[in-house]
Amino acid sequence: MVAHLVRLKLVLTANGLKRSAWVVVGFVVGALYGIGVLVGAMAALGYVSTQAFELREMTGILAGAGLVLAWWVVPLVAFGLDATMDPSRFAPFPIARPKLLVGLTIAGLLGIPGVLTLLGALGSSVLWWHEPRALPAAIVGALLAVLTCLLGARALTAALARVVVKRRVREAGVALVILPLVLAGPILTRLVPAGYSLKNADVMPVVHVVAWTPLGAPWALAPDVAAGRWGQAAGRLVVALATIALAGLAWERGLGRALVEPIRETTKRRDRGLGLFARVPATPFGAVYARCLTYWARDPRYAMAVVLVPVLPIVFGLVDPGGRMVLVAAPLSGFLMGWSISADVAYDGTAFWMHAASPLPGAADRWGRALSAATIGVVVVVVLSVVSAMLAHRPEVVPALVGSGVGMAGVSLGVASVASSLVVYPVRQPGDSPFSMRQGATLPALLTQIGGWALVAALSSPVTVLAVVAVGGHPAAGWAALVVGPLLGAGVLALGAWLGGRLLDRTGPDLFRRLLAMT
Amino acid sequence: MLTPVPDAAPALVLRGLWRRFGAKIAVAGLDLDVPTGSFYGLVGPNGAGKTTTLLMATGLLRPDAGGVWVGGVDLWADPVRGKSLLGVLPDGVKLFDRLTGAQLVTYAGLLHGLDRDTAKRRTNDLLEAVDLVADRDTLVVDYSAGMAKKISLACALVHAPRLLVLDEPFEAVDPISAANIRDILAGYVRGGGTVIVSSHVMDLVQRMCDHVAVIAAGRVLAAGTLDEVRAGATLEDRFVDLVGGRTSGEGLAWLHTSSA
Repeated sequence: MVAHLVRLKLVLTANGLKRSAWVVVGFVVGALYGIGVLVGAMAALGYVSTQAFELREMTGILAGAGLVLAWWVVPLVAFGLDATMDPSRFAPFPIARPKLLVGLTIAGLLGIPGVLTLLGALGSSVLWWHEPRALPAAIVGALLAVLTCLLGARALTAALARVVVKRRVREAGVALVILPLVLAGPILTRLVPAGYSLKNADVMPVVHVVAWTPLGAPWALAPDVAAGRWGQAAGRLVVALATIALAGLAWERGLGRALVEPIRETTKRRDRGLGLFARVPATPFGAVYARCLTYWARDPRYAMAVVLVPVLPIVFGLVDPGGRMVLVAAPLSGFLMGWSISADVAYDGTAFWMHAASPLPGAADRWGRALSAATIGVVVVVVLSVVSAMLAHRPEVVPALVGSGVGMAGVSLGVASVASSLVVYPVRQPGDSPFSMRQGATLPALLTQIGGWALVAALSSPVTVLAVVAVGGHPAAGWAALVVGPLLGAGVLALGAWLGGRLLDRTGPDLFRRLLAMT
Repeated sequence: MLTPVPDAAPALVLRGLWRRFGAKIAVAGLDLDVPTGSFYGLVGPNGAGKTTTLLMATGLLRPDAGGVWVGGVDLWADPVRGKSLLGVLPDGVKLFDRLTGAQLVTYAGLLHGLDRDTAKRRTNDLLEAVDLVADRDTLVVDYSAGMAKKISLACALVHAPRLLVLDEPFEAVDPISAANIRDILAGYVRGGGTVIVSSHVMDLVQRMCDHVAVIAAGRVLAAGTLDEVRAGATLEDRFVDLVGGRTSGEGLAWLHTSSA
């Protein structure tokens, strides 16, 4: 049975690869990236292995604990990352649970992350080549650590499944993961210089604590043996084994419950009355406008964009403190908010039938989508203009930033209105994991993006030039930008909505057919 | 040779419809006349081309060849006028499911150009009719499959269309709701509306519809009033005669518990 499950995992991987050339490309890129990370990590470990004992101990335990933590936390929010071997799929089959556990554990190892983790963990033994007697302990520790990764992840997922399954918790969890990822780069660039000034003495207490936790215990075996601290080594071994046993038991329990009592979402979200639909003009345009604005708040894919945009000035501020870079935030967010509707029809997915089957004029569809994004975009641009001007200590450039941001938003809305009448491409569906890549990015999609950006850049150039001149020290140009930007944006938007509407009247059914084929 | 389009403008006329997907021909020269005021059933085996036909008949899929007339209006030449006469419930598509049930029906009404008071009133009536009043403020994403079917039906009805095109409307719907929906549809037909439904539940079609067409491999095998098509037999027997492909069920001898 265990062999069956392992073979099933391999067959599923192979069949997944057969589905399309892009999946193979993704797999190869993922594997190459992983191998790159592994080689880099091994090189770093090789370098550290020539250093003092304390540094080696610190590196082994902290890096190892980080690895285990990543294994435990990522699956909680990266739901649907690997649902192919979801235990609940085996519920109808008469499989003894211990065999199922062993099979699924080994199958979980058979993927790019699993194989890399195993190799990296075993490779970390290189830290102890000075102390040959620690090598067996390092290898045992590595294997225990890999088991801790796999079983701990399964146990936590099973234990929290009933919480994570709630849509709102999941969707909020996505933001909790994406935000640190976005901020990680800039924060690290700040922290690394600070790290040089840290003394070993500052870090060692942390290491000693981590070494006694389930995260660090298996990694502390080798240094203990190397230093001859036999009593401590035995203690760490007990912690590591107990962790594995407890995780296995918890998973076994969770699995037992999942098999007989499938998880259902119980809390339902409600919204009283008609919401925005009661307030907009009662026309097809008003309906689309209200629907899109509602989606900006309720669909995590749109809401994420609104959550991430305020992060822009923080990122720029951290990368270039007190510099001019932060001033890009407002125009850039104007562009991002505007261009976001280039994927609007793709985001609708097959729900777009409702537009295609009704006598809705294409222009009403275009205006509804564009003005809902513009409503949010203008607020964002104005707020970011003021914030970023303050951060850069340049209050006099606010008019230039507002003008260029609004202009950028209008121009990109106009271009995107035409683009999304012509091209749809696969996008993430609302329930998908943020880490799942939709396969099948096509050449037309790529060309639309590049062509669209070039067109936006060209059409918005007048206001961009004015803004740049204003930032260069000519406040009068800023006031000119404040006039030219909105006018230019409104003009391009009107033209784009008109042209996009005419196109959509003809292409609606064709877009729907392509959306239908993507499901 | 195409059959001429009748003068009296039936509710729906399909002439010489063709549609190919890659190498597979889904609909191969299909002709169909749906008289005004009829309750028309479309039956056929899996993959017969029912869904493809209905998508083309509602302006959601462009035919490779052939024409569609809704109440005398050439749908593909004048889609805005044609679509305002149509109420559609497609199968296997998503809804704007981040709206509440009440918002979704109102949305459908406003898209068809209803004023707000009419849209509001009809939304309330329809939610009551399909028994979703208690869930009117719940997001559609949290609806069950059957509830989603019912809210789609409400969306299809909200603008009081002349012709209602329903693809598998009873799938996943519980028997009580199904009976309620049948009553709504029967009342709608009595009031002069026309309904065309696809289904593979023969019994349901036999009880509900007055006209029926049997489709297989993208063609109409038989069409007309229920009595004409079934010619004295049950619809199911007639269907099996026309479509063929019954297997005997022998050869699974090991399935008999006695032979284990």
